[in-house]
Amino acid sequence: MKTAISIPTEGAMGKTGTWRVFHPVIDLNKCIKCWRCWIFCPDAAIDRNEHPVIDYDYCKGCGICSNVCPVNAIEMRREEK
Amino acid sequence: MIIVDTANHIAALAAKMAKPHVIAAYPITPQTTIVERLAEYVEKGELNAEYIRVESEHSAMAACIAAAATGARTFTATSSHGLLLMHEMLHWAGLARLPVVMVNVNRAIGPGWNIWSDLNDSLAQRDTGWIQFYASSNQEVFDSVIQAYKIAENEEILLPAMVSYDGFILSHTSMPVEVPEQSKIDEFLPDFKPGWILDVENPITHGNIVPPEPYMEIRYSMQKAMEKAKKVIEEIGEEYGKKFGREYGLVEEYRCEDADYVIVAMAAMAAEAKVAVDELRQKGEKVGLLKLRTFRPFPHERLKHDKMIVIDRDICPGLGGIVYNEIKGNGSEIYGFIAGLGGVDVSYKDIERMYELAKEGKEGWYPTEVK
Repeated sequence: MKTAISIPTEGAMGKTGTWRVFHPVIDLNKCIKCWRCWIFCPDAAIDRNEHPVIDYDYCKGCGICSNVCPVNAIEMRREEK
Repeated sequence: MIIVDTANHIAALAAKMAKPHVIAAYPITPQTTIVERLAEYVEKGELNAEYIRVESEHSAMAACIAAAATGARTFTATSSHGLLLMHEMLHWAGLARLPVVMVNVNRAIGPGWNIWSDLNDSLAQRDTGWIQFYASSNQEVFDSVIQAYKIAENEEILLPAMVSYDGFILSHTSMPVEVPEQSKIDEFLPDFKPGWILDVENPITHGNIVPPEPYMEIRYSMQKAMEKAKKVIEEIGEEYGKKFGREYGLVEEYRCEDADYVIVAMAAMAAEAKVAVDELRQKGEKVGLLKLRTFRPFPHERLKHDKMIVIDRDICPGLGGIVYNEIKGNGSEIYGFIAGLGGVDVSYKDIERMYELAKEGKEGWYPTEVK
């Protein structure tokens, strides 16, 4: 019996980072480590280390992190071929 | 115990005896008395089930799907426009491989608004991955609902199943029905062991995005299960026969042995065709009946005879009779009749007349246009 079931594992749908048009870049000089980007990222593509680290293998570039950052530390830059 | 009641009350009783955990339903004529009776059972404490009153048939099926995904045995019932509103969710239940069991009381589709029997509502659901049974008597309604659970929940099948029968002709007509003891039903119908389960302790995602190749595997697996269902339906029908004295299969053959012609019919039309066959046999005509019980999976291999007369209480506009076209091309000489749409009465005398017309090489819309 086969149906659409996936066990939540990293990369179950492949490297979704390839879908991206814009990518977020964090200015660590501005970042206040409030972790709002980490909380709001719908793809759990931000790791919580010394500071937020974006996992570009899976970040789809939706820009929510940039939008919720209270100090405008995250800039969305167009992907270059 | 033999009781006398309508097919709708019998369907409700069969559903109750299958002990569903969840019933989600929305009323629609001529199905309403099924879900009313089930609501009574739950209200009186005779059935320990969660009864979910939903705002539409689409939601009724969605609720059954969600409940089945947690491992619950589920039941719902509908008719006509209600079934059509469920259409999207019917595909979902099929592709999710959830053995929801439903009764559909066949009723014509409007406009013109019509509450009488016509098989187009359920036949329009043929590609949704549901096993489809058509019952010709209240006894068969009871027996088929019980068997539908065991077939749908079979670990090699895991597909939803629909038991259909004619509005009013069966749904509101009382007939004697032998009802087995609850303990015997319990022996026959073991607990539902789901193929997969939504469980907070072991989280999974269902209905996630699936790339092209695995999607094709899902469809392939469904087709294989449908093919296997032919064998399982026969086996479980035989097991039911040994236990309760009434055997079932994909097709019921009636006086076909030496027949020159066989009539193919479904649902109440097949019960009427039996009477026509008896009448014609008395007149010396060599005619039999192939009562098609299972429309999906479709038993092609069982529907062959030198000369066949197929009566459709349904129409695929632009093509013709649905059952006729399913059978066509099997090497048999086939005469097709469209009859009884929207509840037009078709008596055994009409069926005898169709037989006479077929012998003259005629077919078509009975009695409007036969040539």
